[in-house]
Amino acid sequence: MNILELTAVQLGKKIQAGEIGVAEATKASLAQMCALEPTLNCYVTIDEEGALARAAQVQERISAGELTGPLAGVPVAVKDNMCTAGLRTTCSSNILANFVPTFTAEAVLNLEKAGAVILGKTNMDEFAMGSTTETSAFGETKNPWDTEHVPGGSSGGSCAAVAANECFYALGSDTGGSIRQPSSFCGVTGIKPTYGTVSRYGLVAYGSSLDQIGPVAKDVTDCATILEAIASHDKKDSTSVARTDGNFTAALVDDVKGLRIGIPRDYFGDGLNEDVRDAILAAAKVLAAKGAVVEEFDLSLVEYAIPAYYVIASAEASSNLSRFDGVKYGYRTAEYAGLHNMYKKSRSEGFGAEVKRRIMLGSFVLSSGYYDAYYLKALRTKALIKQAFDKAFASFDVILAPASPTTAPRLGESLSDPLQMYLGDIYTISVNLAGLPGMTVPCGKDKNGLPIGMQLIGDCFQEDKIIRAGYAFEQSRAYEGPELAKRTGAELAGKAGAPGMEDKGGVAR
Amino acid sequence: MSKQYETVIGLEVHVELATKTKIFCGCSTAFGGAPNTHTCPVCTGMPGSLPVLNRQVVEYALAVGLATNCGINQYCKFDRKNYFYPDNPQNYQISQLYLPICHDGWVEIETAAGTKKIGIHEIHMEEDAGKLIHDEWADCSLVDFNRSGVPLIEIVSEPDMRSADEVIAYLEKLRLIIQYLGASDCKLQEGSMRADVNLSVREAGAAEYGTRTEMKNLNSFKAIARAIEGERTRQIELIEEGRKVIQETRRWDDNKESSRAMRSKEDAQDYRYFPDPDLVPVVISDEWIAAVKARQPELRTEKLARYQAEFGLPQYDAEILTGTKSLADIFEATTALCGKPKEVSNWLMTDAMRLLKENGMDADQLTISPSNLAKLIDMVDKNVINRTVARTVFEEIFANGVDPEQYVEEKGLKVVNDEGALAKTIAEIIAKNPQSAMDFKAGKEKAMGFIVGQTMRAMKGKADPALVNKLVREQLSK
Repeated sequence: MNILELTAVQLGKKIQAGEIGVAEATKASLAQMCALEPTLNCYVTIDEEGALARAAQVQERISAGELTGPLAGVPVAVKDNMCTAGLRTTCSSNILANFVPTFTAEAVLNLEKAGAVILGKTNMDEFAMGSTTETSAFGETKNPWDTEHVPGGSSGGSCAAVAANECFYALGSDTGGSIRQPSSFCGVTGIKPTYGTVSRYGLVAYGSSLDQIGPVAKDVTDCATILEAIASHDKKDSTSVARTDGNFTAALVDDVKGLRIGIPRDYFGDGLNEDVRDAILAAAKVLAAKGAVVEEFDLSLVEYAIPAYYVIASAEASSNLSRFDGVKYGYRTAEYAGLHNMYKKSRSEGFGAEVKRRIMLGSFVLSSGYYDAYYLKALRTKALIKQAFDKAFASFDVILAPASPTTAPRLGESLSDPLQMYLGDIYTISVNLAGLPGMTVPCGKDKNGLPIGMQLIGDCFQEDKIIRAGYAFEQSRAYEGPELAKRTGAELAGKAGAPGMEDKGGVAR
Repeated sequence: MSKQYETVIGLEVHVELATKTKIFCGCSTAFGGAPNTHTCPVCTGMPGSLPVLNRQVVEYALAVGLATNCGINQYCKFDRKNYFYPDNPQNYQISQLYLPICHDGWVEIETAAGTKKIGIHEIHMEEDAGKLIHDEWADCSLVDFNRSGVPLIEIVSEPDMRSADEVIAYLEKLRLIIQYLGASDCKLQEGSMRADVNLSVREAGAAEYGTRTEMKNLNSFKAIARAIEGERTRQIELIEEGRKVIQETRRWDDNKESSRAMRSKEDAQDYRYFPDPDLVPVVISDEWIAAVKARQPELRTEKLARYQAEFGLPQYDAEILTGTKSLADIFEATTALCGKPKEVSNWLMTDAMRLLKENGMDADQLTISPSNLAKLIDMVDKNVINRTVARTVFEEIFANGVDPEQYVEEKGLKVVNDEGALAKTIAEIIAKNPQSAMDFKAGKEKAMGFIVGQTMRAMKGKADPALVNKLVREQLSK
């Protein structure tokens, strides 16, 4: 048996049963990183020492019967925009390349309470701005299915690490599709929960009104289990919601009889790749065969989602990122003349092109004289989009859609045309604007063998319905990982000696 | 100057609220403290930190709004005011622009010219910034975030004031209301109350306002009065010279009694205000408003009337006592202990006021303990000490906070009312002053006063004057 092929919940069970040790699982993940990181670059920081120490502690508590949860002892990777006390948190940006937080994000603390072993911090688009993980200051992450392709983004490091068996599960964050789109590109499962379900305390903000942390894993069971562990009502986050329905694993039932599934016609128009369309419609048939009632409908307003999203997210980002100024922490330019010049040079040198683009865009739409025309209009559009979904959910339990119009593009293809890249978010961002839960579940491959994910969207606080639909669908199809992941770390390490798990030391490459 | 000019003034008053903790985190608001000791990830703007509103801030803002006849926005929001400055850790200040908590209120002021209503445009809640310390020697600046996140309200008046007198009366009125509510101690010197003056002049009778300037750095009522006079004169001179007043922010230098321009409207920053997505709207229920109203303490106007009606104090005394919240508090606490309001008032109005004046202190700096004052009044009432002694004991209470009972005991200041001992002393004094005795017998009443005085002196002032009078008269009449 290859430990790395196990899902998080399967591994957790074996750890509880004493069949696999926490250290053994942790070392397996570390060895896999050792083998694949030089190729894939899923991580910004690997905390080998911390992970092994933590593994020993957790093992003790498991052996003492103190930790009995399903995730106790299971190694996890955390996206590098969640604060981890004592462990560098960079947001894949030069401006935070040397930043070590003093506190740990609430979602990560919740995982620690559940006995998680944190392996390291995963690569992402700088400050979560991007759809390919190519805007990282620490090099792009490659798609484990085909290293000529991007893993998607911005949680590309988390999704690629799960697909490549470089961890058993991961945390991502989703502002406009940043969990669902890379999950689709990497052939893994990911949930963006209802806004307010998982505390944002300790998540370095991009678009505060849209950001949510969520799980990335090999299957729906894992995701429901992880979500149950990380969801909490946190008084430190004013937008956190007190939910009494946190038993997400109760929805893991293979039964969709009578479940009303809507397919928005507007999502199947121009620009949708044929392979993707066929895979989603085939998935709909599977669900229909299991007793779901599948119908097409018109969602409307789809074309307004992208402009509204980029106005709102950029506006919030322009303000959220103003604290990175070289004064208190993070990067400060080496030479400067006076305060103004210090600000200007530190930020010019510290931020990458995409981040600067969005800061400028956001500053513009909030400027006096433009606020009403852009920002207020975007907020009104957001409200209308929410209404359109409310109307849809009056008729349907779940909306089935693609997660992305295409499969993973080739490296370098997207960044040359940012507007084209923004259009790739068309199926995911409405969900953030409306605060809804959404999940990506793998449902096929394109003609080049790249994974395709379907997106299940639920009404607010109705994760149970998308989990049920996803779980039922998943029963029709075994999990499939990329070939690359199947070459185990141990095997590769033996061949190649000790391949480079080099410390990236905060220097941009 | 041939033309008549009218001065038009509006104020922006910042008041630091008396909450124990900051507006968006649990850090202490206590004054002082080593730099950056009252801080946490939230008030230092660390990545990933989030603000959570302190409910007490809303409560105080509501209380001030209700006491100043404001309408309440029952759905109000916080907005971010974006600007870069190192004392502002997030490089935005959380404030209220679009939906401030209170709007359209007024207070009534009394000046020599009579009573007048001053409109309040709005009251909003916001956070204070940190403090920059410039180290000239090391040629660098340091930031102390202890004040970062201390809650403020900003009270924006309408341009309804026409003179420095009206401005001072308005500020006094606000200060009394806020102090009585317990929402702030409102000390200008310490910065817990700060006023920016917006001033313009126009020809008397003109319909349009002139161009206004905003004056900052006003640390006392006197500075405010001087700054208003200075700015009024400056603007009139400009107009008389045919030049234009520029809309700008100016900084008052009270030592030089002049101001200089800080920034003009053209340099004004675009603050790119937008609703703070990290905070949820504040929804203020009718019940909450009713509860704050119900908890509203007696305000100055009511207290003034009550002191006259209930305690029979003269209006002037009642005005002085209620004119400073802490003085009224001492008066009431002492009265509650000794049950003699007029006595308490007398001590505060005469001896306390005299000592404050001698020491160059304001009424709000009086820290006398009500229990000590009550004890003193009691001792006089029970004739344990006489009034002359009591005055010196009061000075000790004022200056050193002594316990009067203990002090009188230690210093042996009790009234001597041992008739035998007194009679003996009086007999000795009469024997030494036979002329006085003869004068008295010849009908000169004044002579008795001399003997009484000598007796009191011999008793070091501790004798009961009434008893001395009685005994002297008895002996002289023999």
